[in-house]
Amino acid sequence: MGLTLKKVSRSFAGKTVVNNISLSTKPGEIVGILGTSGSGKSTLLRAISGLDQDYEGEISINGTPIQGVHEKIGFIFQEPRLLPWLTVIENVIFGLTGNKQEKIIRARQYLQNVGLQDCEHLYPRQLSGGMAQRVAIARALVTSPEILLLDEPFSALDAFTKMQLQDLLLKIWEMYQSTLILVTHDVDEALYLCDRIIILRGQPGEIAEEIEIQESRPRQRGSQTLAHLKAKILESLELEQMSVLQV
Amino acid sequence: MAKQEIEVSNVFVTEQKSVRKKTKKKQLPLSTIVLGSIVPGLIVVVWEILTRIGYFPAYQLPAPSTILITIYDMAVDGSLWGHIGLTTYRVFVGFVIGTLIAVLLGSFVGFNRNIEKFFDPMIQAFRAIPSLAWVPLFILWMGIGESSKITMIALGVFFPVYLNVVSGILNVDRQLIEVGRIYGLNTVQLVTRIILPAALPSFLVGIRSGLGLGWMFVVAAELMGASQGLGFLLVLGQNTLAPETILASIILFALIGKLSDWVLKIIEQRALHWQDGLANQERGGN
Repeated sequence: MGLTLKKVSRSFAGKTVVNNISLSTKPGEIVGILGTSGSGKSTLLRAISGLDQDYEGEISINGTPIQGVHEKIGFIFQEPRLLPWLTVIENVIFGLTGNKQEKIIRARQYLQNVGLQDCEHLYPRQLSGGMAQRVAIARALVTSPEILLLDEPFSALDAFTKMQLQDLLLKIWEMYQSTLILVTHDVDEALYLCDRIIILRGQPGEIAEEIEIQESRPRQRGSQTLAHLKAKILESLELEQMSVLQV
Repeated sequence: MAKQEIEVSNVFVTEQKSVRKKTKKKQLPLSTIVLGSIVPGLIVVVWEILTRIGYFPAYQLPAPSTILITIYDMAVDGSLWGHIGLTTYRVFVGFVIGTLIAVLLGSFVGFNRNIEKFFDPMIQAFRAIPSLAWVPLFILWMGIGESSKITMIALGVFFPVYLNVVSGILNVDRQLIEVGRIYGLNTVQLVTRIILPAALPSFLVGIRSGLGLGWMFVVAAELMGASQGLGFLLVLGQNTLAPETILASIILFALIGKLSDWVLKIIEQRALHWQDGLANQERGGN
């Protein structure tokens, strides 16, 4: 079951940005959507999230087509997007409903998962970029989404923080086993995290290739297998540049 | 002037106290205050001397001490409190009315593009009229009683508050609204949980400049005709050839205006403690 896309396309003012995307995910799978800028990866993710409903085709969760935002879908944006007037813990419970005390207990657990149990009373401006993104991760996970969408979540962070958060994401994923859909333009990140990489190419973006990564976790960053796959992916992406030049 | 110097030296004292707590942060303001009070201090002293020796005729420019005595005498015979009270009351009522209307209309316009199309061009056109030009019309309609004065002040307060409410709402970060939508908030929840808090800084800027205009307009309103109030003191001083009364009134306006702005500033700091720059860092070590 999980998430299924059938022939999803999206155009803006007559110009098609993503075209005819079909894919389905297995529960607990980590799927990477990789592509150069302009290939429509984020557009696709916004369609799945329900933030953007003007797409063609069908998106369904566990067989039911979705209309609008879905409570089983969580979203982590490129920026933390914390509400600056709320403290860390208030930000985490933002999407929860119900008894305040229970919400706080639950939020604390997730803050602990991301290593920020001591920061619950800080305001977003007092956090570093990496800490803020951890809070955003906790906020997205606290509602127990079955499917977590990540839109280049670590692209604004420095290399070290990025690696830490990638490991953190894997750790949390092992605990909660959500399906992750990760949009990225970072080949190494996709190789390190994903079970399957879908390469979007062209304008409008179409699925150019799907690459399964069998290697077990924890993976070695820069292992031979991954290096080999990376070469293959880069080759596949460079073709696009050629064709752009030719046009 | 002398009164202001007292105010400055009070600030000076409190600054000194806080310097002990936060040496790094407050050192600069301390020297700024010392440097900044040298020139006004000198002017007051020279002014006092020149008036005493008769260089300035006292019927045109009375000495700072004479002005202080004028204020003191009014305080003793009780008339001071009536003037201050009535003027403050007018500003307060006008401010509340102007702010309420501005918030209501501003929210409608900010939230609804169609209403914006109806109202905003008209409001912008009205804004182009210097507000004081309305004074004769208001007096014609409502007489020189309280209602024309309060309407005047409310009108002055209205524009800055309205403009800031509208721009505050229109400029709410779309990214934050998306966060709300991802969590399935409905329109009312989006407004109360995201748009209003996000628009609050702009609103507070609006009410502070609105209050400033309120004080400006109360002068205009009271100059037009009043039997009590600080603006009336201005007219009284002019008609009785008493420049010390005029200067006393000016100083009182400055003090009360500053005081009311200070109150709003404290409210602002309380409400926006989460913002960059405004806030203290003492929670950092938690």
